[in-house]
Amino acid sequence: MTDDRKNLSCAAFQAQLPELIGSGENVASHPHFQSCELCRALLADLETIAEAARQLFPIVEPPDELWEQIESAIKNEDGRTDSGPTGQD
Amino acid sequence: MAPQVPDSPPAPIASAVSSHSVEADALTRAQAGDHQAFAQLYSLHKRRIYSLCLRMVGNIAAAEDLTQEAFLQLHRKIATFRGDSAFSTWLHRLAVNVVLMHLRRKGLQVISLDEAMEPAAEERPGRNFGAPDLTLAGTIDRLALQRAIDNLPAGYRIIFVLHDIEGYEHNEIASMLDCSIGNSKSQLHKARLKLRDALRGFPRKEERR
Repeated sequence: MTDDRKNLSCAAFQAQLPELIGSGENVASHPHFQSCELCRALLADLETIAEAARQLFPIVEPPDELWEQIESAIKNEDGRTDSGPTGQD
Repeated sequence: MAPQVPDSPPAPIASAVSSHSVEADALTRAQAGDHQAFAQLYSLHKRRIYSLCLRMVGNIAAAEDLTQEAFLQLHRKIATFRGDSAFSTWLHRLAVNVVLMHLRRKGLQVISLDEAMEPAAEERPGRNFGAPDLTLAGTIDRLALQRAIDNLPAGYRIIFVLHDIEGYEHNEIASMLDCSIGNSKSQLHKARLKLRDALRGFPRKEERR
């Protein structure tokens, strides 16, 4: 069985990867992964992308007008709440 | 006009302590209905929440709308915050839920997108995914990556942003998206594959050796 897994083609191994990863299997211990430089390079690339993405996005300032809109919406909501239900007499 | 609140304290440690106590004080007062205190909370958290929304939807106008909705929801629910987690964590999660609700209302699947939803594209001849001259290690262009993330299908982008950028665990994502942990893991893998393909200049259909 182990030999069968080792003899998988890259295409077959990669087709199984989402399922293997989803099942929580340790992909690094998979016989194909251990014997295949290309598939190791693939997963290394994916980790590199994830790492790069973590450092990518700056914290962005929203426009000043946004607070005015929020404040206005809050006042509208508070007004509706304060006035209570109408036509209930 | 934006609320006039000091929000850029200097030295790291002193500012962390200071901003924490400023937040705690503002939170207590905002929970009691103090509007100025709520404005202060907005000033403290607006950047992180807006940036989160922007990353998740990849669109400035939508990010502004969703930031507004997140703070409106905060205003409605702030009295229910009991301090079981950090306020920033609670607010962050609230904002994520606002974005997810928005995407669901728009009819977008936030999980399990398949190839059918992606633009058709030609596969280049002679493709060999792992050839050493095509690996990415150490050569990722920041702008290209940002563009690639923006162009991900919504479902993939959400998973990728939540896990790889915002740092949520798969069990948290599964809970937020109402999917299995395994599904979250496999979708993240597929999202990363899409990004890798985009960075290498062609779309993924199937790998072959």
